[in-house]
Amino acid sequence: MSVNVSITVNGKPVSAEVDDETLLVTFLRDHLRLTGTHVGCDTSQCGACTIHLNGDAVKSCTMLVAQADGCEVATIEGVSDGETLHPMQQAFKDNHGLQCGFCTPGMIMSALDIVKQNASPSEGQVRDALEGNLCRCTGYTNIVRSILAGAKEMEAS
Amino acid sequence: MAAAEPLNTGIGESVTRVEDSRFLRGLGNYVDDIVLPSQSYAVMVRSPHARATINGIDTAAALASDGVLAVLTADDFSAFGGLPCGWQVHSKNGDPMTEPKHPILAEGAVRHVGDPVAVVVAESKAQARRAAGLVDVNYSEGDAVVDLQLAASDGAELVHSDTPSNVCFDWELGDAAATDAAIAAAAHVTRLELVNNRLVPNAMEPRAAIGDYNSANGEHTLYTTSQNPHVIRLLMGAFVLSLPEHKLRVVAPDVGGGFGSKIFHYAEEAIVTVASKLIGRPVKWTADRSESFISDAHGRDHVTTVELALDGDGMFLGLRSTTLANMGAYLSTFAPSVPTYLHGTLLAGTYTTPAIYTNVKGVFTNTVAVDAYRGAGRPEASYLLERVVDLAAIETGIDPVELRRRNFIQPAAFPYDTPVALTYDIGNYQATLDMALENTDAAGFDGRKAASAARGKLRGRGIACYIEACGIAPSNIAGALGARAGLYEAATVRVNPTGSVAVLTGSHSHGQGHETTFAQVVSDTLGIPIENVDIVHGDTGKIPFGMGTYGSRSIAVGGAALSNALDKIVLKGRQIAAHLMEASADDVVFKDGQFSVEGTDKSVGFGDVALTAYVPHNFPLETLEPGLEETAFYDPKNFTYPSGAYVCEVEVDKDTGVIDIVEFHASDDFGNIINPMIVEGQVHGGVAQGVGQALMEGAVYDDNGQLLTGSYMDYCMPRADDLPNVTVSNHVTACTHNPLGVKGCGEAGAIGSPPAVVNAVINALSDYGVKHIDMPVTAHKVWSIMNANGN
Ligand code: FES
Ligand code: FES
Repeated sequence: MSVNVSITVNGKPVSAEVDDETLLVTFLRDHLRLTGTHVGCDTSQCGACTIHLNGDAVKSCTMLVAQADGCEVATIEGVSDGETLHPMQQAFKDNHGLQCGFCTPGMIMSALDIVKQNASPSEGQVRDALEGNLCRCTGYTNIVRSILAGAKEMEAS
Repeated sequence: MAAAEPLNTGIGESVTRVEDSRFLRGLGNYVDDIVLPSQSYAVMVRSPHARATINGIDTAAALASDGVLAVLTADDFSAFGGLPCGWQVHSKNGDPMTEPKHPILAEGAVRHVGDPVAVVVAESKAQARRAAGLVDVNYSEGDAVVDLQLAASDGAELVHSDTPSNVCFDWELGDAAATDAAIAAAAHVTRLELVNNRLVPNAMEPRAAIGDYNSANGEHTLYTTSQNPHVIRLLMGAFVLSLPEHKLRVVAPDVGGGFGSKIFHYAEEAIVTVASKLIGRPVKWTADRSESFISDAHGRDHVTTVELALDGDGMFLGLRSTTLANMGAYLSTFAPSVPTYLHGTLLAGTYTTPAIYTNVKGVFTNTVAVDAYRGAGRPEASYLLERVVDLAAIETGIDPVELRRRNFIQPAAFPYDTPVALTYDIGNYQATLDMALENTDAAGFDGRKAASAARGKLRGRGIACYIEACGIAPSNIAGALGARAGLYEAATVRVNPTGSVAVLTGSHSHGQGHETTFAQVVSDTLGIPIENVDIVHGDTGKIPFGMGTYGSRSIAVGGAALSNALDKIVLKGRQIAAHLMEASADDVVFKDGQFSVEGTDKSVGFGDVALTAYVPHNFPLETLEPGLEETAFYDPKNFTYPSGAYVCEVEVDKDTGVIDIVEFHASDDFGNIINPMIVEGQVHGGVAQGVGQALMEGAVYDDNGQLLTGSYMDYCMPRADDLPNVTVSNHVTACTHNPLGVKGCGEAGAIGSPPAVVNAVINALSDYGVKHIDMPVTAHKVWSIMNANGN
């Protein structure tokens, strides 16, 4: 069965007719070709698919696109201002918070949400809040460092 | 000419990564991101049984299902070869290893859960998935062979009915008689039985492949998540599908981590390549995570007995180990090399043990194939050695630091021939140990332990000293040991007319940051900013040849090839510059991007020389070809030998057994370092995987060969709050035989950390008389031990 959805993605309205089984992540990746949102698992464990839905970080592999009808979706592609990185992205670059880059979009989306909830989190709070995001490359030391630095930078700006 | 501004992008600088800008904005180009026109989708039908006979496959319902383009089974692949094994090991009696066929799709029998039986290709992935459920495979289930010891025993059911036993090879290295004699004569012998737990590599990007056949020119393109595209082209082209190399292009674009699991040639690569030609459209396959668990090669999985003989002064006299190494159901690409030449040869560690003997049996079981995973053989060697040394320290009452110190190979002893076939070129093991102890306040431990005790915690401190061998080499020796491939690396430096540079490297970057590190080597040598350097990798259509990235070989072998190619560029550049300045090439020096005549103020910039090479109006055409492009193939004289000392402190909760790593310091010797920031990141990542192995990870099969840990729901992957802040330090002894003096850093963390962590936990539990706990050392195991002793 197909359904009509109207979503605002990175500030732009999008309407489409899709199969009702379509996941939000599939819609973003395959229909809109926003491939920055990655799929790392099939059990909602890894967080590679994290996006913002009406401002909150959610896993886009765990919801149907139909559930996002009428919502605002933000993906990694909308975070930077063109080539100018968002302070959080810049913090990841400056602190070597990524290696293969596969988990990175999900990490950034989660990081922005962490800082939204708590403008100056402690290291322990960041580690706890990253529970839903797996990274196999970095060992998290630099991701945590990046988020703390990004939070500082965001507070200052 | 005024001195140029320093570029700060050369060797030794922590330059932030060039590749990050695209990854951070979601603009990476991973295989699953690629959509080709009229692309179709493949879904594998995989065996739900660990061992069964296939009586028949009914594909009619699947074929009739919506959107289905093809359903393929083994019959469609009968014209092709099986998946080849790239390393042949011989048993101690001289017999070659048993090499059963590894068909692309199961032929008449399945041998592990996940063994591919059929493939469905459809217009959409959802349609392919639905149809895959309609493929009706008639199985007769058999008893799975899962337990290593049972599988290796006489009369065990055979994983492959056409082999004499499940023992693939019975390999040995070292001097058995001398080792027996050393053990017999020893003042003390420490004996330990241990398991090196089976791991699932779990790169965050699942494997994916797209086959794209072009009927106009008969050319196949394979996009695949590979660490070594040329090797895949060679293996699949020459040995499986009989495609000439010029008709097969293999592209491995951005790849989301590998850790070894993406070295190997997998069935899916051949399947999509064949399927694309059959249906005349591109065919994409992307693994689900649960599928990765049962189709990516696993790592480790050894059962070992080790004995260490010591004299009255604690000097090591002999080491003997016996290991059963799980091969899984089939021989994966480099599987036989891992428990043999990558493991047995490291058993001297950093010590002067004069007599060493090891016997390793590779054993088939009805499980997923086991192959190289971060460190490959070296973590297993380091673990058994550093555990038995620690136990020896406990048994002899000699402090573990002191025991190691007494037995270290001394700096003056290099080059040092070990009794297990290697010659270490250089090292300083005491220096890294001293550094690690100093950085972790060894003297303050007792105070910290008391403070922990006051909070109901048991504090423990563990050390481990590792050595590894990176950049397997040279090719002729590796060949004599069974490698069926060369182990050199190639690099082409292409200077463009306006002075920017493209480097075509056979190394492959999947997180290691080559686009930055390799560019730094260019920046340093040619005196140009890294913005002017493009590192091209991962495409056999663009790069002359290459062996890829694994075994921490990229900088030691690929970087060396690059360095040699750059030397050739500078050499030719000097000749061109000499002509421009009307001087002798012998008098021309090159520094900071300027060619100048020594002792004069004549100089010409690199960019002018480049332009002259391509617009050769004023050029020595009689003696030099136009253009500025050079290639080097580099075959190393020896392995490189990174080493180091790791210190771990843990707190164990008395009530729950929960282990908290409160300190972790890695002190390494990687030789010269190109980019300290990137090297530190590599250590962090390696340590995370090693801590994962030590405390939480482990692939568990039940007696029927079902993988119980088959998803992230039940395979315990380390998360941010499981891991400590890792601190690092470096001591440098430059490698003596490559032009950059580099050694390699990618695997060190995964090699040194498991014994450091386990030693720390055993130390914390010293009051309980615990001598050993097998990994993963979970809170449950620790709690059980604390409670079993009536505490
Ligand atoms: S892909 Fe969504 S959590 Fe893993
Ligand atoms: S950077 Fe590779 S998974 Fe996180």
